[in-house]
Amino acid sequence: MESKQPEIRKTVIKLVAVVIGMFGFGFALVPLYDVFCEITGINGKTSDVAATYENVVVDKGRWVNVEFITRTNSGMPWEFKSQTKRVRVNPGEMHQVDFYAHNTSSRDIVGQAVPSVSPGTAAIYLNKTECFCFDQQPLKAGEEVIMPMRFYVDPALPEDITYFTLQYTLYDVTEQAQEIAYNRG
Amino acid sequence: MRNKLYQLIALALSFISTALFAASDTHPDAYQLNLTKGVTDISQEVYDLHMTIFIICVVIGAGVFAVMLWSTIFHRKSRGVKPATFHESVKVEIAWTVAPFVILIFMAIPAAQTLIAMEDTTEADITVLVTGSQWKWHYKYMDDEVEFFSLMATQQEEIKNKFEKNPNYLLEVDRPLVIPTDKKVRFLITSDDVIHSWWVPAFAVKKDANPGFINEAWTKVNEPGIYRGQCAELCGKDHGFMPVVVIAKEPAEYEAWIAEQKEIQRLAKEEEQKLLAMNMDMAELMSVGERVYATACAACHMPNGEGLPGVFPALKGSDIALNDMQKHIDVVVNGIPGTAMQSYAKQLSLKEMAAVITYERNAWGNDTGETVQAKDVNALMNGN
Amino acid sequence: MTTATDELHHDDHHHDHKPSGIMRWLLTTNHKDISSLYLWFAFIMFLVGGAMAMVIRAELFQPGLQIVEPDFFNQMTTVHGLIMVFGAVMPAFTGLANWMVPLMIGAPDMALPRMNNWSFWILPFAFAILLSSLFMEGGGPNFGWTFYAPLSTTYSNDSTALFVFSVHIMGASSIMGAINVIVTILNMRAPGMTLMKMPLFVWTWLITAFLLIAVMPVLAGAVTMVLTDKYFGTSFFDAAGGGDPVMFQHIFWFFGHPEVYIMILPAFGIISQIVPTFSRKKLFGYASMVYATASIALLSFVVWAHHMFTTGMPLFGELFFMIATMLISVPTGVKVFNWVATMWRGAISFEMPMMFSLAFIVLFTIGGLSGLMLAITPVDFQYHDTYFVVAHFHYVLVTGAVFSIMAAAYYWLPKWTGKMYDTTLAQWHFWCSLISVNLLFFPMHFVGLAGMPRRIPDYALQFADFNKWISIGGFAFGLSQLIFLALLIKACRKQGEPVSDQVWEGAEGLEWEVPSPAPYHTFETPPVVK
Repeated sequence: MESKQPEIRKTVIKLVAVVIGMFGFGFALVPLYDVFCEITGINGKTSDVAATYENVVVDKGRWVNVEFITRTNSGMPWEFKSQTKRVRVNPGEMHQVDFYAHNTSSRDIVGQAVPSVSPGTAAIYLNKTECFCFDQQPLKAGEEVIMPMRFYVDPALPEDITYFTLQYTLYDVTEQAQEIAYNRG
Repeated sequence: MRNKLYQLIALALSFISTALFAASDTHPDAYQLNLTKGVTDISQEVYDLHMTIFIICVVIGAGVFAVMLWSTIFHRKSRGVKPATFHESVKVEIAWTVAPFVILIFMAIPAAQTLIAMEDTTEADITVLVTGSQWKWHYKYMDDEVEFFSLMATQQEEIKNKFEKNPNYLLEVDRPLVIPTDKKVRFLITSDDVIHSWWVPAFAVKKDANPGFINEAWTKVNEPGIYRGQCAELCGKDHGFMPVVVIAKEPAEYEAWIAEQKEIQRLAKEEEQKLLAMNMDMAELMSVGERVYATACAACHMPNGEGLPGVFPALKGSDIALNDMQKHIDVVVNGIPGTAMQSYAKQLSLKEMAAVITYERNAWGNDTGETVQAKDVNALMNGN
Repeated sequence: MTTATDELHHDDHHHDHKPSGIMRWLLTTNHKDISSLYLWFAFIMFLVGGAMAMVIRAELFQPGLQIVEPDFFNQMTTVHGLIMVFGAVMPAFTGLANWMVPLMIGAPDMALPRMNNWSFWILPFAFAILLSSLFMEGGGPNFGWTFYAPLSTTYSNDSTALFVFSVHIMGASSIMGAINVIVTILNMRAPGMTLMKMPLFVWTWLITAFLLIAVMPVLAGAVTMVLTDKYFGTSFFDAAGGGDPVMFQHIFWFFGHPEVYIMILPAFGIISQIVPTFSRKKLFGYASMVYATASIALLSFVVWAHHMFTTGMPLFGELFFMIATMLISVPTGVKVFNWVATMWRGAISFEMPMMFSLAFIVLFTIGGLSGLMLAITPVDFQYHDTYFVVAHFHYVLVTGAVFSIMAAAYYWLPKWTGKMYDTTLAQWHFWCSLISVNLLFFPMHFVGLAGMPRRIPDYALQFADFNKWISIGGFAFGLSQLIFLALLIKACRKQGEPVSDQVWEGAEGLEWEVPSPAPYHTFETPPVVK
């Protein structure tokens, strides 16, 4: 058995490397999942960075309905509405929709809007050049704000999608925002 | 003789098929054995697909078991047989690798067709936003300004075996969702806290409600009726107690219903405004409060206000309920983000919130003697 | 015993005079001792997890809440699942591997005997932590063994930290066990024991061990993320912070689906050992069995999302995972066909290991076919999270994995103790188990199809009749295992008829060439395999 020790050691080292690698892979699944979502639009996540609007050909022959839904998560005491319920757009055409937010409570709150698109496959064709959802929104007690969102629908949107829904859920992230500010400051 | 045998087989088959198929009514009976056929074209298609796959599986299983049975009867050592010596055959093995492939293709084709039919994303006539939260559903009609919560209506006494259980035990709600028949209805499904799953078997619709994300499902109901389902994803303590009830009405009746709901909501708002100028007396607040507490609070904080140690805090003797009235109102109105304590601002009226806070400050020995009025709650909510 | 060879090997784990009492078991590095510990531990956990199942079935005996509160009910379903998966089935298979792999490949012991001791002895601590959390204020884990976020993060109670640590320890134990098995099989085979001559139990375990080291670390990652989300402010699974609760399910099931094969591949190996023995005929299609096992293992990495069809996947995702899942039934079918072909024209006798194996083949096939039904996405929308799923996985895991473990126990018990088990008790155990297990799990198909969701403490009245029968089946199945306990105690006290070295007339393989009972040290000089 002694004669086999070097081989045993070699196999063990390899296997331990696999274990460590797979533990890392478990965490690597997090960015991998995001990349996968971005490529396929699985789960309706939209990109959280601004798109650019250059050389986009407007497809005049086609109409797509985009519907906007706003929600505040439980315990988020803001009034949050989209000024437009739905728009009818040509793919490639630039549009602006304004959202209204009002902190009705008596304390300062930082909000974060989380977008979600359904059907999820439409998400990657929704290009936002400007969106309040890219950043956190601090509102003082009683303050109100109009937040613009500029977007265009990629003309490559599959033919079978004639309309889709964009939902924003507004979360109270005051605590997390304070922690970050504290850490930075 | 042979005729007799056929008759017998036919009888047995008809017996089995009645047992399997007859029970798939919209109102499930005890001893229902099979999937419901449902009341939509899709659910019918799903049912047919289920039966096709089921029968293929039964045939495969029966074939394998028959060969096994044959071996155990005729190839047993006690019969004095000598074992054969073969132990491989490339031909046979290729055959039973390829054959299942072919069967699978025959299963996959209708399955893919049904799936594509289900995911028909063309525009719907009506959109309902379905929001799950611990442990109730909220419905919002996107085209009309109508929205409401839907809570289980079964009494605690029935669950605790003190009262006789009614036929719709655990499958009844205070305010069912109403949809029109023969119209394409789209459900946008999301959640406020944990993952729930909105399921109506008769529509073959089951979709997860994921916090922060929306999912879609569609249905087109063919027959008016009451259809019952339940939350299908474990969502905490009262996961078993958040039923879904949908009433499908003829389009005209549905329109009338929507108009009526709008009127009710308008009146309720007017009522709220009137209340701001009035004070209610202790007795009224306590009686309304007790009722609200039982439906909205008792699930977690328990009917005796003692909560569940380590999970849900006690209200009886709590510092907030005895001293800090503003904090108390804030917690009820806004909830505590990141915990199971939800915001009740949208779930309860001003009057109900005022009443339940008063109740919590005066029940179970919390004898503060203080009343909370609708205007106090409104002041906190709207900062004036 | 083998004094001649003992002089050559003076490693401490080769000492012949083992310490007595508790120290022998605490310090042992002998693969036979360690595996006996594993097997007893697994059996005790089986009874503990079973007791929780009894609580569940007692509550569900009739509609209404009678015995436990919903929150405690959820703790019972959660801990029942965790204990049965990580405490009963997996340690039992590891125990069997510890006993039999060295004997089957002609090795003197496992390659890493000290680590072997370690990987067992951390297990009792893991389960002590898990079980103690039930007595905490607020109770134990109550979010299901699948611990979906955010129910297990933001909305869970404080025992979650204990849950996470105990899963970490269980994972470490399984990983160490798996490394040991792989190293032993790759390096310690007797001369002439080529890979394609290895008994199928060894093959299936080798593949299982690779699955284990591939996915247990991913589980460790998942629970770590749950821990940091709950206590350290990360938001992997929290939408407000840019995370995604559905991603949890992807990560979990990336572990979870291979995990279910971890619990069934060794069972395939056991059945492939037993069926040829009692059919007195070589296993049909040895090579195809190996390839089928390997392809099941590989496919298991690309089917995970079939647990998630209702989460809202795009159409192409649903189609892909449906078809990939259906493909698994091909190699699984090959296995079943091969077993039946092995029996075909054999000379079958019906000793207890064979009885359990026959029951396994029939009932596992039922579980496999209902699995195929569940793979069909559009109908899975109806089946998902109902008792139909509960029926399916209990057919696969109880009448599959657990029955195979019992078959293995009956098959090798005489080799371990040198005495034949009590055949009368064995008959009672088998027939009581067989009847009750079907009464327990078969009607679950019906209530599931009729619309009863899983993990509910109370149900609508239409499900009442079947649930009564299911509960009766459950109690009977639980009691039947006490017969097995009695039989095992008798066997361990070395009561019964002495057996020959070969034990079973048709048995072939190295393990049947050592004396019965197998001596403390075996194959210190490697046998030569022709």
